[in-house]
Amino acid sequence: MARTVWDSSVGKKTVMAVSGLIMLLYLVVHMIGNLKIFFGAGEFNHYAHWLRTVGEPFMHYEWTLWLVRIVLVLAVVAHATSAYQLSRRDIKARPDKYVHKKPRASYATRTMRWGGIILALFIVWHILDLTTGTVHSGGFQEGHPYQNVVDTFSTWYGNVIYVVAMLALGLHVRHGFWSAAQTLGVGSRARDRALKTVANVLALLLTAGFIAVPVGVMTGVVS
Amino acid sequence: MKLTLRVWRQKNADAEGAMSTYQVDRISSDMSFLEMLDTLNEELILNGEDPVAFDHDCREGICGACSLVINGDAHGPERTTTCQLHMRSFEDGDTIDIEPWRASAFPVIKDLVVDRSAFDRIIQAGGYVTAPTGAAPEAHATPVPKPDADFAFEHAECIGCGACVAACPNGAAMLFTSAKVNHLNVLPQGAPERETRVLDMVGQMDAEGFGGCTLAGECATACPKGIPLVSITGMNKEWLRATRKAGKR
Repeated sequence: MARTVWDSSVGKKTVMAVSGLIMLLYLVVHMIGNLKIFFGAGEFNHYAHWLRTVGEPFMHYEWTLWLVRIVLVLAVVAHATSAYQLSRRDIKARPDKYVHKKPRASYATRTMRWGGIILALFIVWHILDLTTGTVHSGGFQEGHPYQNVVDTFSTWYGNVIYVVAMLALGLHVRHGFWSAAQTLGVGSRARDRALKTVANVLALLLTAGFIAVPVGVMTGVVS
Repeated sequence: MKLTLRVWRQKNADAEGAMSTYQVDRISSDMSFLEMLDTLNEELILNGEDPVAFDHDCREGICGACSLVINGDAHGPERTTTCQLHMRSFEDGDTIDIEPWRASAFPVIKDLVVDRSAFDRIIQAGGYVTAPTGAAPEAHATPVPKPDADFAFEHAECIGCGACVAACPNGAAMLFTSAKVNHLNVLPQGAPERETRVLDMVGQMDAEGFGGCTLAGECATACPKGIPLVSITGMNKEWLRATRKAGKR
């Protein structure tokens, strides 16, 4: 069955839909967590520490966190691999372009591929910046996420990279969520408007929620 | 009407093609688009030139033979087939670009004619019912609920012209295949092959080198018969159901 799914263009889209929804669920949780930065360093840092102790005493320190990380890495790899393979197929299926060109589909639909690449690059930077601290501006302090976040958004490039990526995320989710519903066969005429509304609301809330943090630092609400 | 036409000319499948410019005069706004091309061809023949090759058959909008991308739109600016498009949809003095369907699964044979036998092979893979043929069976022998009959008929309207493929940015045949799958899968006559039909037809569609669906929706906008985009959702559902069932067996 796994073979049938992976070998079919429809099956590969299913892999994209499921992995995308897993990442989307994570993003909603992540965004809500981020908002705790507006309640001060104490609450934010405490929340960050709690993420490492979730599930104790059943789970050991950081086990849950690592489990989430593994699932996310698998989702990203599955999403990117199927996107790459499907895109290759799509480009090969339409080698000759029309001479008479027309603007096609919505902006969100047309930017799925480039948006995905931007998001993949962003994830790499984001982890190197705020998880490992490898490319962090100023001294990265393990266990002091509040200060680290403030440092990142005190640089112009930190803000630019983040805001651009979050706008790309909004567009990606806008088309992606609705598409995933169609791929999984849960869309219908009656549900179409509701699905599109949920996609737009999710896209808007995620983008606004994430961008609130750099805006907070820039305006001095968070310092 | 006086028009400038820019037409894709290509001697054969292996030759390089290019857009050629022609002027046509004394075109009536009541002419169909194909009659306008007939006028051009008569002139070309009189001048000893090679007429433009294009597909056409019934000229009633029911056979699915005509296939032109007009100013970047499959079947032109109206939601109908090229044969049912009339010159009143254009203005005097317009320049009109005419190109063939573009997809690697639909190779150009000559000028505006493409080879659409890939669609025939998708149908052969499962777009039929295995039932004894002969005299029409008694209509009440197999009851079909009205909503199912309507659903089947809506999808049966597909004439297999390939406008969906031509309009799709990925050259995908999802709308065509889904129309055929949904048409038969909802009916009791199609039930015995419900799973193999969708699996085999999607498999053949992939094997023909059509692209995948990115839900751009261009296919449903171009479809002269109004097959809805949600038809693809229905096929995805059928495909997942069939895959789950095949996995259990």
